[in-house]
Amino acid sequence: MSLSVLTWALSLAQVMLGLSLICVTYRIVTGPRAQDRVLGLDSLYICAMLMLVVFGIQTGRTLYFEAALIIALLGFTSTLALAKFLMRGEIIE
Amino acid sequence: MIEAPNLPLWAAIMVGTLAIAGAAMTLLGSIGLLRFKTFYDRLHPPTLGSSSGTLLIVAASVLCFSVLRSRLSVHEILIALFVTLTTPVTFMLLARAALYRDRVEGNEDVPRLEAQEALPGQSHDDSSA
Repeated sequence: MSLSVLTWALSLAQVMLGLSLICVTYRIVTGPRAQDRVLGLDSLYICAMLMLVVFGIQTGRTLYFEAALIIALLGFTSTLALAKFLMRGEIIE
Repeated sequence: MIEAPNLPLWAAIMVGTLAIAGAAMTLLGSIGLLRFKTFYDRLHPPTLGSSSGTLLIVAASVLCFSVLRSRLSVHEILIALFVTLTTPVTFMLLARAALYRDRVEGNEDVPRLEAQEALPGQSHDDSSA
């Protein structure tokens, strides 16, 4: 009973996260300007990270937690670098 | 469909509810990102996913692993802490960059600077450069 409850709930959560990934990818592809694409990339890595955390709950391993932490760290850096690039035209001055 | 870990029923219901709520928040944020009209409107909805979505899903993960190992498992809080700290910083920088770009292009929709001479490409004196 509890097995099927959790299985279905986590699958539903994954479907929702997949739909949000599709929405965000549409914004990245069609976003009218560069800042929209950077914003979409930021939301994309957040969604992918949450997907990995849900996957970690589903499999019961902590391996996916470490991957999610690395995505959070590197995604922050990438968005920061892209915002700086939009502002200045170069990253390292 | 991967079979979920074997939790007691109360924990399964709580973990499932938290995970679905977090995913629903993220989905709402992404739909907002898709549908809002201007860039400055679109800055707001993704924070739904990075604040409440992340918090709820991380809470589900903490509960699941705490029950599975029968000891408190708090290392997932690192993710929530990090995302909560970094999202405002990145979005502030992104909004400032977008504002700068709009002002340089002379876009009428954004508020103008008090000191117009601070902008390149327009008439400015040497002291501001």
